[in-house]
Amino acid sequence: MPTALRQIAAIVRKDVLLELRTRESTTAMVVFAVMAIVMFNFALRLRVDTFRPLTPGVLWVTLVFAGTLGLSRSMSSEQINQCMDGLLLAPCDRSIIFAGKAIANVIFTLAVALLVTPIMAILFDETLMQPGVGLVVLLGVIGYAGAGTLIATMAASTRAREVFLPILLFPLALPLLVAAVIATSGFLDRLPLGEFAAWIGVEIAFIVIFWTAGTLLFEYLVEG
Amino acid sequence: MTALLCAANIGKLYGLRPVLRGVSLDVSRGEFVAILGANGAGKTTLLRILATLTRPNGGALTIGGIDALAHPDRARACIGLVSHQSLIYPDLTARENLEFYGRIYAAANLSRRIEEALRRVNLWPRRDDPARTFSRGMLQRLAIARAILHDPPLLLLDEPFTGLDQASAANLSALLREAALGERAVVMTTHELSRGLDGVTRALILQGGRIACEVRDDITARSLAALMSDA
Repeated sequence: MPTALRQIAAIVRKDVLLELRTRESTTAMVVFAVMAIVMFNFALRLRVDTFRPLTPGVLWVTLVFAGTLGLSRSMSSEQINQCMDGLLLAPCDRSIIFAGKAIANVIFTLAVALLVTPIMAILFDETLMQPGVGLVVLLGVIGYAGAGTLIATMAASTRAREVFLPILLFPLALPLLVAAVIATSGFLDRLPLGEFAAWIGVEIAFIVIFWTAGTLLFEYLVEG
Repeated sequence: MTALLCAANIGKLYGLRPVLRGVSLDVSRGEFVAILGANGAGKTTLLRILATLTRPNGGALTIGGIDALAHPDRARACIGLVSHQSLIYPDLTARENLEFYGRIYAAANLSRRIEEALRRVNLWPRRDDPARTFSRGMLQRLAIARAILHDPPLLLLDEPFTGLDQASAANLSALLREAALGERAVVMTTHELSRGLDGVTRALILQGGRIACEVRDDITARSLAALMSDA
């Protein structure tokens, strides 16, 4: 395996190991997501006859908000004992650090999505467990984790990082959110793929833009 | 002798405020250089620049023959850093911390190196304990093991004695002297004249972002205190 891939794997492995040991990010994300879904379920049940038009929006708003908790934690864990300096001292291009942190964030957010989606399928009585929706969730989570890791790095150096992260990230993630909601609706409504394939394309474009931006800009964001 | 570390005319501004003004420094293998100065003199900024963690606004920096400003990723392989923060993940064990750092440094024979490093700092019996259970002195010893794991020719120490009691400081001082033996070059910043001067071959006094004076002989806390008050 090339050295760069081994270094990325080391960062991912370290983040997963830390998460398995502390369970701080995933616990917070899962609890938040389940609470949000239950509250949406009760609140919306009072006003609508069918959840179908609302389900994709509820799913994605929940995943985006829950994902933000994990992203914030991902960078703040590197502030303890100034561990970020330890990462930055690694003899590698700093884009490798971005890639490692972003992949770890994809894993955590996907794990939350895997736990939350079946719960939502039961509560909202929807067939969310289908390959098409799985693809949209996978692409959405990859895109969101890429943009989120970049913004979380930027926010980590500010005093009000918990406030800055959502304020900066949500407007940027809006195109991804819209694309993911429409593509999820397309699969749930069993529309012909051609009618909403462009929105899956938007998700892919979002991934390309933000993972490239993260790779190129990470060095400048962490520069002292 | 060719210098392992060669910093020329390093300058650094924070906003419009100059923190370093044309600092030049050559360090050869086998040298142990102490950079002294009051708080705010620019010691930590200088050390972070030497560690490639901060970019200077001007000057040149060569480490192990590599232009560290043009190719910092290559130069970092030559550097080990011990700062007053341990750079250790508290929820990983001592061994897991070193495994992680060894992997990102792509160190060969990692298991053997980890055992050697942990034995050297007397933490082998505690290798599987989480770092959060360690005392401050033990964390600093683990930080030394982390810094020397990839056998760097240049060891940078930023106020390594901060927060240590007398016994831990003496222990750390002995470990640092041992780590500095041989072909390794060591640069240490400190404002504490009473600690860590054993083995120092050259002392530089930094004041107002400039090197105010250099001492090669009679490097004692007393003589340096006198020089610092004159500088």
